[in-house]
Amino acid sequence: MAKILVVDDEPQIRKFLRISLGATGYEVLEAADGRSGVAAALSDGPDLVMLDLGLPDLDGQEAITAIRAASDVPILVLSVRAEETDKVEALDRGADDYVVKPFGIGELLARVRACLRSRRRDARPGQVRFGDVTVDLARRIITRGGAEIRLTRREYELLALLAGRPGHVLTHGQILREVWGKAHEKDTAYLRVYVNQLRQKLEPDPGHPVLIVTEPGIGYRLRVSEEEA
Amino acid sequence: MGTKEDARPSPDALLEAASREGRGHLKVFLGAAPGVGKTYAMLEAARERRRDGSDVVAAVVETHGRSETAALLQGLETLPPRVLEHRGRTFEEMDLDAVLARRPDLVLVDELAHTNVPGSRHPKRWQDVEEILAAGIDVYSTLNVQHLESLNDVVERITGVRVRETLPDDALQRADEIELIDLPPQDLLRRLREGKIYLPEQARRAAEHFFSPGNLTALRELALRSAADRVDAQMLTYMRSHAIRGPWPARERIMACLGDDRTALRIVRTARRAAERRQAPWLAVYVETHRHHTLPEAAKDRIAEALRLAEQLGGEATVVHGEDVAAELLDLARARNVSQIVVGHVPKFRPLFPWPFSWLRGRSTARALLERAAGIDVLVVTGEEDGQTAWPARRPRPAASPAWRGYATAVAACAVATAIGHVLDRYLALPDISLVYLLAVLPVAVRHGLRPSIFASLLGFLGLNFFFTEPLYTFAVSDSGNVLTIVFFLVVAVVTSNLAARVRAQVEATRSSARRTAALYDFSRKVASAATRDDVLWAIVHHVAAVARGRSLVLLPREGGLAVEAGYPPEDRIDDKSMAAAEWAWAHEEPAGRGSATLPSSDWLFRPLRTGRGAIGVLGIRTEGTAAILPPEEERLLAALADQAALAIERTTLVSDVERARIATERERLRAALLSSLSHDLRTPLVSILGAASSLTTLGATLDEDSRHELARTIQDEAERLNRFVQNLLDMTRLGSGALRPRTDWVDLREVVGSALERAAKLPGPRRVRLDIDPALPLLRLDPVLMEQVLFNLLDNARKYAPPETPVTVWARLRGDNAVLEVCDQGPGIPPEARESVFDMFYRVNAGDSRTAGTGLGLAICRGIVEAHGGSISAQPGLHGTGTCIVVTLPVHGTDGTAEATQAP
Repeated sequence: MAKILVVDDEPQIRKFLRISLGATGYEVLEAADGRSGVAAALSDGPDLVMLDLGLPDLDGQEAITAIRAASDVPILVLSVRAEETDKVEALDRGADDYVVKPFGIGELLARVRACLRSRRRDARPGQVRFGDVTVDLARRIITRGGAEIRLTRREYELLALLAGRPGHVLTHGQILREVWGKAHEKDTAYLRVYVNQLRQKLEPDPGHPVLIVTEPGIGYRLRVSEEEA
Repeated sequence: MGTKEDARPSPDALLEAASREGRGHLKVFLGAAPGVGKTYAMLEAARERRRDGSDVVAAVVETHGRSETAALLQGLETLPPRVLEHRGRTFEEMDLDAVLARRPDLVLVDELAHTNVPGSRHPKRWQDVEEILAAGIDVYSTLNVQHLESLNDVVERITGVRVRETLPDDALQRADEIELIDLPPQDLLRRLREGKIYLPEQARRAAEHFFSPGNLTALRELALRSAADRVDAQMLTYMRSHAIRGPWPARERIMACLGDDRTALRIVRTARRAAERRQAPWLAVYVETHRHHTLPEAAKDRIAEALRLAEQLGGEATVVHGEDVAAELLDLARARNVSQIVVGHVPKFRPLFPWPFSWLRGRSTARALLERAAGIDVLVVTGEEDGQTAWPARRPRPAASPAWRGYATAVAACAVATAIGHVLDRYLALPDISLVYLLAVLPVAVRHGLRPSIFASLLGFLGLNFFFTEPLYTFAVSDSGNVLTIVFFLVVAVVTSNLAARVRAQVEATRSSARRTAALYDFSRKVASAATRDDVLWAIVHHVAAVARGRSLVLLPREGGLAVEAGYPPEDRIDDKSMAAAEWAWAHEEPAGRGSATLPSSDWLFRPLRTGRGAIGVLGIRTEGTAAILPPEEERLLAALADQAALAIERTTLVSDVERARIATERERLRAALLSSLSHDLRTPLVSILGAASSLTTLGATLDEDSRHELARTIQDEAERLNRFVQNLLDMTRLGSGALRPRTDWVDLREVVGSALERAAKLPGPRRVRLDIDPALPLLRLDPVLMEQVLFNLLDNARKYAPPETPVTVWARLRGDNAVLEVCDQGPGIPPEARESVFDMFYRVNAGDSRTAGTGLGLAICRGIVEAHGGSISAQPGLHGTGTCIVVTLPVHGTDGTAEATQAP
């Protein structure tokens, strides 16, 4: 039974999340402000933290940093802030995903599953399958419909990074930092070129990508299962 | 720009590069002499550009009948010239407006140094080119090196020909590219012999002298050097704008010292060349002594022109007041860190015997500088006459007070002295009559200056000799004592005259500078005391008209153009030509019209009224009579007046601008607050509603009965919250538009509190409320519905901001003629600085989405309603400084109301 910590100052929101998540089979912990939220995230051992950015006592972004400093529990941000800069900041600070309020419960549950699943995958790096593509992270082999696909070193690093956190948004800055190094953090043009090459090699219809999905203004996400569509 | 400068691009260099953006490019084909093939090269380059797809138009191309040049022109679009008539003759000039209207990529304009026929927009063609460039059109042009202003006198010395058409060096410096068209002198001479060089018949003889191998070699060297200097300058600009560390030479500064002799213009040009070669800034200085006022007008003109030339050539022109010229110059030089002084020296006329009072006149400035300028190089320019410039300043001489009057006074004074002398001699037997004559010399010196007073001294000398020395009535002198007396008299009289005349000149100088100061002071006082814009404008035109002894106007921008806003004498329109000059002055922020470089045929001179924010209007000046140029000191005074006027006008407009900006900012702030409030406060209930509703539909089957009920309950609560928000918005709109009027009735406050508490009880979260209302409180005249809303909002706030376990107190008492109602919580309280603004619309103590959900409207609505009842509302700290008390004061309408109400059923 996965444990989910809900950090939100609105009692009504906590109430319906408690009911819905509880009915779906999760155990729900609650915190009404940032400090108790961070404390609970570190002491109560939740499997996932749902964090509101607008908290009365401290900014949610700082809460992300505080949690990340001591734990790599998945963090799912729930916020009414819909601007890209807020999303990018939250993701860059180490949040795993971002859901803009208001949201339907279906979408939220899908994101919750993605976050929890990737946690399991992280534990056993091996194969990631999406569409007809299989990435064998251990042997560094990519096959599509059974046939092996040759990638350049950078293409492979980019794909491996996305496949390492399937279903998650990775920001431009995160990807560039990991694959190209800190000096190229702002060179999003590189990234566009390589993503385009990967799509040519992996997507059924590179013009309408369904596997490597663009999150406008934020980054990219590898879409793993059909249920998220 | 010191060597210690960091490796940062120099701001000046970057600015210069930036100011070139958007301007057309100017390429100049520079040659040493006519006939080297500049026009040909320009046409070839133009054809090249056209092959690359540019739109090329020839505005002026002089083929001088050369067939190969004409052949190149074939096929290029040529704009027809504008035909102008001047003194019965017709001239063809470039049609500037046609070029600007045609807007090609590149336009060809031959002979950059050409002087336009009077009546054109600008006196010079390079000014036309400036305007074309400013419009973003590229220009190719040609230039012979001898037309360069700073080389003007060098060329004259080499060739013996004074070139009248000159081009300011600045104009060439602004060229983006210079192509040197070089032809060895021998080839050029061969072309001349072959008749390939066009020369007008009347100029042939002069030209033959001009085209000597020696001259041509010298000119060629000049052209090469100009082009090389230019490469240097570009290199420097590049290095600076790219922050390449130099070994930068310590910055030099050159000072041109202008005298009242004829070297002034040459000094300016020499200083400019020296400065150019060293890449140094330079300034031109004139020291104004008391003698300045006694100078002939021609000399004053020359000084003014030299100062203007210095400004034109990119130097700084300064006038210093003082008596010791050399000391003033050296003071300034040290203050400005000058490394070289350029000064003129004209050998003075040396009489056979030394002028008796030359010590009074002092030595030449050059000599004094050479002796005292320790550590500063002095370059002495020796005297040669300056020629006339191409555009001499024409000015009728003001009628000086007639000189004969001084001499007549001298005669009269001596006659009176003789008469008095006779009387004294006869009745008192005065031993020495010479003092009486001395007395006559003094007033002449004070009133009429040096010459009449010396004349009076001589007359006195003769009179003394003739009337009072033995033998009487002859010019012979028998007594040697008398000889001594009259000789001493002459010496004393002349010295006295000199001193008295000097005092007079100094008084004159002081008086004129006092006049100037007084005029400025008077003006600033008048303008400062003027409150409205019209008063300021009136003060300006009145004062400027008085200073210029003519008329004046102020034009300010209105509806896209300029309009006359004030005039003295009152005037509300000016002719089209003057309007064009005014608009030019406004657009280019430079003087235009009469006596300036642009549209000089206008009747008015227009000066831009400049402030730090650019031109804010135009000042028009029209002097009476034919004088086109004001004397420099009046010109300067007017410039100072214009600056003050601009500031004064700006001050009046600034006040209204600031008010407008404040209102705009306030509106913007409200709008932003409304948006952020709406997005947060509408969304927060929506998050719960949407989440709960989607949970019900998605997970309905897996939920138990209680959960389903809870979710439905959430939806209901949050929908009600949303409804309250919308209600508040509506109330606020009605309050704002004045549609919310209290429908008052006699009401018991306790009833209103009761119904508000009942409504508040439905709000989520239980809350303890302590009621403390004086039972003796009379009935109040209120709108019960609106007042219940006030109480509800206050209770809602208290519930939202205070911890759940603390009680809320509602307290009411009678205080004098008012009923005072307080709603107090024990929450975090409101910071003192926010106690007033919490009643503003959309104000929230904690901005952003980290605040407790609310509208930011509740208290604003309360204030609106309470004030509509004639009451007041304020926020105060609670008991013992904890929490918040909202205090509502409502008027009690006399005992009639109570009586009436108690009688009511």
